[in-house]
Amino acid sequence: MSLLELEDVTASYGFAPVLHGVSFHLGVNDAAGILGANGAGKTTTLRAISGMVPATGRIRFDGTDILGMSPDKIARMGIAHVPEGRGTLGDLTVRDNLRVGAYTRRDRKGVAEDIDYCLELFPNLQRRIGSNASALSGGEQQMLAVARAFMAKPRVILLDEASLGLAPSTARRVYDAIRRLRSEAGVSMVVVEQNAALAFSVVSHAIVLETGRISIEGSKEKLMGMDEVRRAYLGG
Amino acid sequence: MAYFIQLVVEGFATGSIYGALALAIVLVKRATGLVNFAQGAMAVLATFVAFGLTQAGVPLILAMAVAFAFAFAFGAGVERFVVRRFEGGDPDTAVVATIGLLVFITGVAALIWGYEPRQFPSLFPLQSIDIFGVFVSVRSLGTIIVLVVVMVLLQTLFRLTKLGLAMRAVADNPQSAALSGLPVSRLLMVGWGLAAILGTVAGVLVAPQLFISPGMLDFALVYALAAAILGGLDSPIGAVVAAWFIGVVENLAAAYIDVIGNDLKIIVPFLAMLIILIVRPEGLFGRKVVVRV
Repeated sequence: MSLLELEDVTASYGFAPVLHGVSFHLGVNDAAGILGANGAGKTTTLRAISGMVPATGRIRFDGTDILGMSPDKIARMGIAHVPEGRGTLGDLTVRDNLRVGAYTRRDRKGVAEDIDYCLELFPNLQRRIGSNASALSGGEQQMLAVARAFMAKPRVILLDEASLGLAPSTARRVYDAIRRLRSEAGVSMVVVEQNAALAFSVVSHAIVLETGRISIEGSKEKLMGMDEVRRAYLGG
Repeated sequence: MAYFIQLVVEGFATGSIYGALALAIVLVKRATGLVNFAQGAMAVLATFVAFGLTQAGVPLILAMAVAFAFAFAFGAGVERFVVRRFEGGDPDTAVVATIGLLVFITGVAALIWGYEPRQFPSLFPLQSIDIFGVFVSVRSLGTIIVLVVVMVLLQTLFRLTKLGLAMRAVADNPQSAALSGLPVSRLLMVGWGLAAILGTVAGVLVAPQLFISPGMLDFALVYALAAAILGGLDSPIGAVVAAWFIGVVENLAAAYIDVIGNDLKIIVPFLAMLIILIVRPEGLFGRKVVVRV
């Protein structure tokens, strides 16, 4: 059964179309990847899902049509989006960022437990708990952005280029934590990456976008075995 | 010395009125990123509501409570039906719209209540008390205390409540806040509503002194803007400290510098503002905007 389903989705910024009929699905407790070069429409696909760009076609989440809903409503339905770049609230402390992430929840005890869990997952954040997010390093900010998304107890996390601008070792640590979230908390994920090796460490299947169209799709094993994918996204 | 202390206390009291209005301006600036020039006019309108009710025999406290409720609804309404139309456009356009609103609201108030100043009942008894040989009016002390209480309430709201956390998040980055499911548009309305209440606090505090008229807060708005800018535009504490500073400096200069006197005292705070902003362009409590590449 599909948790999230895109059918023939198109999207444009003003008059410039960016997506031309993208379809893909994500199962319950599943992780899917969206790969592709710069400007291929990966970020736009995520933004269409969370209601941040006008789109046409069909987007269903858990049986409900969510296309046309406002971003905050979509978030309240259980989709947490970690946007590209800084997904944190710079003027707020690390702890407040996590509390904002849990805004829609009513279970105080669960929230406190999940904050502890996030701090155990990202020990760096524990050390910076009282600092403003804007004072954190790039890697710490990305960790905070992921933790903040998790705090909402979402059913799906949309992860946009979590490795962007990070040193390779930091990017690997962020993805180690993401894998733990996948396995321990059972959150489904849509992972957008330019670094396909990192994406394949999490996802089981993926699509490859080229100028707003799906050029290749299939299971992780199938994609990893394809020469064009290896050459373009896995470094040979 | 007693005279000096009296002047300082009076200065703090006047500054408290500017401060309440400056807080409103800062709150709106933080939430929506624009300066609301109609903040004073909105406050006068709500104060007129209180005035109308007291005329009809409603006790002052109750009339003020209704005026605050009216101000909240009106402020939220202005955000929803006026400011939001300019969302995503040039912020300057929205600022001009608030100037239009200033003219419009003042006109409506004049249409209903006329331009003639009328007496407004005072919240505090018109007496002075003797504190170690210094005579201080109860009204001045009361005004200062009201502002301090307002500040404490605001800090409590922003630091200790979930609503305050959500409002800070929206002020920081509305798009990012929406991704955590925060109802951004409703929170912006609440922010404008709260700001309108703060402005109305200034209105009911100043109305007994100035008499109520549609243009009652025009001068105070200029001072409040000066205080907000001096304080750094996004710092509530900064706005209040700057407002006190302006009130005190203005009062002292009028009394001690002969060439200035009461007629020219308005230039003093602006001169101070000019000098401070040349030295510290981000204001006393503002933060330097750091752009990371």
